[in-house]
Amino acid sequence: MKLPEKSEGPWVTNFDPLTRQWTYSVTYNVSYAEDSPFFHALARGKLLGSCCPRCRYRYATPRTMCMSCGGPTEWFELPLEGRVHSWTICHFSGEPYLAECPFALGLIEFEGVDTLFMTRLAGIEQPRIGMPVRAQFRRKQTWSVNDVYFVDATAEEARP
Amino acid sequence: MRPVYMLSGGITKFAKAHPDKDFRLMVKEAFDAALGDLDGRLTTRDIDGSVISYFSDHFTGQLKAGAMVQDFVGLCPKPNIRIEGGGATGGLCFQAAVQAVASGRFEVCAAMGFETMSTVETWKGNDFIALASDTHFDYPLGGFYTGYYAMMAVRHMHEFGTTEEQMARVAVKNYGNAAHNPFAQHRRAVTVEEVMKSAMIAYPCRRMTTCVMSDGAAVCLLASEEAARKFCDHPIRVAGIGSGSDTMRMADRPHGRVPLLAHESEGDYRDLKYPGVHSFRAGRMAAMEAYGQAGIADPRREIQAWELHDAYASAELQQYEDVGLCKYGESGRFIDDGHPTIRGSNPVNPSGGLLACGHPVGATGLMQLVFCFWQCQETIARHFGDPFCQVKDVRRAAAYSHAGTGTYVTISILEKP
Repeated sequence: MKLPEKSEGPWVTNFDPLTRQWTYSVTYNVSYAEDSPFFHALARGKLLGSCCPRCRYRYATPRTMCMSCGGPTEWFELPLEGRVHSWTICHFSGEPYLAECPFALGLIEFEGVDTLFMTRLAGIEQPRIGMPVRAQFRRKQTWSVNDVYFVDATAEEARP
Repeated sequence: MRPVYMLSGGITKFAKAHPDKDFRLMVKEAFDAALGDLDGRLTTRDIDGSVISYFSDHFTGQLKAGAMVQDFVGLCPKPNIRIEGGGATGGLCFQAAVQAVASGRFEVCAAMGFETMSTVETWKGNDFIALASDTHFDYPLGGFYTGYYAMMAVRHMHEFGTTEEQMARVAVKNYGNAAHNPFAQHRRAVTVEEVMKSAMIAYPCRRMTTCVMSDGAAVCLLASEEAARKFCDHPIRVAGIGSGSDTMRMADRPHGRVPLLAHESEGDYRDLKYPGVHSFRAGRMAAMEAYGQAGIADPRREIQAWELHDAYASAELQQYEDVGLCKYGESGRFIDDGHPTIRGSNPVNPSGGLLACGHPVGATGLMQLVFCFWQCQETIARHFGDPFCQVKDVRRAAAYSHAGTGTYVTISILEKP
């Protein structure tokens, strides 16, 4: 008997040294597990941070365990307004995000909160450090951290 | 812990792609170069085990590739372990091999590293690298490490007045040195204007202040004092190793006090919130541990050559401060004044660094240590076929290997015995 011939391709991009294409793709079932409340809250237009009841340390990006005392933290609602702590504009990126270039990234600081929150900045041509920004939420959830982004807090459409 | 010596090193020339060599053959070439440097006195029979490093299973497309290297270079059935720690993979590999000898487990240990990044296009490579950031909170924002480093650089500029020109000057220095290094991937001297005109990748990181993808391998052979005496005429002592870590997400970094080096004082940093996103606390911790072991009180005077992790020119500036070549906030002036140039007071990246040599991740930290080893042996002229990159009167040389946004850092110090 003969095995059936295969016709899909192109497989070979160079003959010597022989270079063959190989496509390998995966769909994972990834649980946000103990961080799930943060992502649920984005769908309700809220930003949740973590607060350590022992250290009083307040985290802008959730950590369910305190990094200094090791004890469990409690959720708290972050203000929707903060300031740009740092920023950049990406003109190049990784493959899944190439089509979105250029895009702006920002680290956001909140009054009375000890750590920062990394996010996309939208509609800000020239970000600057200290600029007041306001959280906006996607109407249709992607169930990712991209469900929130920040805009210029002084712009007309940013007013709640 | 007993003293550990480096006996020799080997490097496969770093290149955009080596389609004619797979990772096993690249490592074998570097391994044979290291053995060849010992004139056949040391053979695979004398090596008790190995530590093998490569960063990404995604790039390699082969799990347990370390086992295939061990097999290919003829070290089976001896012990072997794979080390992985992002960009610091090579530095961690070296330190694991040092520990294997220092503990008395091995007399001779091979530290071997490689990366084959040419298997995918650059944008897919960026994606693979970004998987080494928090995939729930950081990666989905754009999947791009240059973006993270750019934000650190912007904050450094804000805190300390660092400029884009100063970053360009780091690149000019490193490309200029690499013009004399045959192992480097980019061997053409450039001007500040040329760097400043190169494409913006993520402000303020430009094409020429950002390292590129590479294929390459590097090997370091380490041994006890007794074995060093037996196999090598000019062994170099590992004077100290140190490492540190920091939070995976840079957004989580504290804003506290600076851990001080011996030549710094409280008053230097009264208003500085540390590390924030402008400094690498892991680098400072690694320096403190390594200096303590090596008995170094002032690194500016006691280490004559440095290989820093200039994956971005801005990161090299940040690292001058972390390792104490200048105070926090002074790195811009440090490069302006020419201190880290090859004939300056504190030569940094005399090889050309990652910007010019390339950054095949698992090999990079070992490549830096091979260069440091040759600096201490004063054999750069022989290995490069050009004396330019040899720093004068080297007693100690140090390599700084760096992962993530400063998530792991290792510092390894070599010293003439």
